[in-house]
Amino acid sequence: MSDNPQNKVKIEARDVQVFYGEAQALHGIDLDLNANEVTALIGPSGCGKSTFLRCINRMNDVIDGCRVAGTITIDGQDVYSPEIDVVELRARVGMVFQKPNPFPKSIYDNVAYGPRIHGLAQSREQLDHIVESSLKRAGLWAEVRDRLSASGTSLSGGQQQRLCIARAIAVSPDVVLMDEPCSALDPIATAVIEELMEELRKDYTIVIVTHSMQQAARISQRTAYFHLGNVVEHGATQQIFTNPKNQQTEAYISGKIG
Amino acid sequence: MEDQHIVTAFDRDLAELNRMIAQLGGMAEQQLATATRLLDARDPAPIDALIAKDKELDALEFLLNERAIEMIAIRSPMATDLRRIIAAVKIASVLERIGDYAKNIAKRSRVIIASETNRSDSISLTRMASLVQQMLNQVLDAYATSDAESAIDVWDRDQEVDQLHTSMYRDLLQMISAQSEVAEVSSHLLFIAKNIERIGDHTTSIAEQVYFLVHGSLPSDDRPKADDSSGTNLGSQKKR
Repeated sequence: MSDNPQNKVKIEARDVQVFYGEAQALHGIDLDLNANEVTALIGPSGCGKSTFLRCINRMNDVIDGCRVAGTITIDGQDVYSPEIDVVELRARVGMVFQKPNPFPKSIYDNVAYGPRIHGLAQSREQLDHIVESSLKRAGLWAEVRDRLSASGTSLSGGQQQRLCIARAIAVSPDVVLMDEPCSALDPIATAVIEELMEELRKDYTIVIVTHSMQQAARISQRTAYFHLGNVVEHGATQQIFTNPKNQQTEAYISGKIG
Repeated sequence: MEDQHIVTAFDRDLAELNRMIAQLGGMAEQQLATATRLLDARDPAPIDALIAKDKELDALEFLLNERAIEMIAIRSPMATDLRRIIAAVKIASVLERIGDYAKNIAKRSRVIIASETNRSDSISLTRMASLVQQMLNQVLDAYATSDAESAIDVWDRDQEVDQLHTSMYRDLLQMISAQSEVAEVSSHLLFIAKNIERIGDHTTSIAEQVYFLVHGSLPSDDRPKADDSSGTNLGSQKKR
């Protein structure tokens, strides 16, 4: 679980502020997220962690009255610059949600959808290859190889979530955002996803929002604790959970009345 | 514990753990006090009860370990809570060990008392024992109040115990070489002195745990060492 100090910064957030109408949800977030690491965002409901996550691939754009200030760069490129194609951005920055949300299509088409619209495959063989390798990387191939034409929604919850992960990585993203990806899953399916994240971080930068302290401690190399729209503490996960510097962090992770 | 957990049963568990350490600490203190009084009083009467009582310390340490494992499994403690539980387990093991040393002192005292030899060196032994008792008392208070500074003070004071032990060791060694008829009793005294010196060391390890509990790291500097007895030999004694 040791975090590699050589991992370079992938995502850089500076003074990120988010307003929903009059209400300010984020009060100037400064955060560096390293490549090939899992960063866990933790904090009580309404603290702004999901809001911050959605800033990274501009999912907040679709929310009425939402305004984002400050800068977020990925590999030095400003995500909010006018030259950015949001569809391209969301291919580079994939997202997995709390509730598995496969398309009401076949397992094959769920994974093939992204590569098709982004023109990533020149032939049926290439598309087959992308679907197979994505399902393999998501740890689902062995379970579905014989029924690729079955509906994605016919799978179990844990399988559906892995299908969504396969769908996200089929378009070769740099970053995978996960918003409580295991909260609807049983412990076995959760363990499978956690094992998968450890595998995926070799190639991707992973940012996960989770309400499970144990999960954050298990899977991440770095943890950021959000409270009332601010980052209270950000550091190596091992340090945050054994010896946090901030009293508020300590109270939150220990389940104390802060 | 200044902050309260939202799950109040967790606070009760932690309080129970503290209570068990206090009880175990009290028992270890009492065993040590009884054991070190034996030689002064030259009365073997309390020895059997002391030996029997050691089983209670063992049982309580076992119980504390079980509670700690339960708490880790059920509560998934983090940060200070986790450190408190780990520190309690380690301190309990040290206190149990101190009980073993007290028991060993009692067993050896029985032989010395039975020999009816008049000893002049029990003064430094008493001095050493009372120092170690004070240290143990202070470090248990430091644990109860999470006072890392007081714990470090205990840590520093072990130096004096080591010095007393080294000088006692030399005296006893000379005595054995001069009067071989007291060799058996002197050897027992040597071991008693060593036991007390070891209890001093164990007390410093409790001090380290208190520091760890408060700061999340161990004290940085090496503890000053003044026990030279492991390098002492008769040859070097005679040359001086």
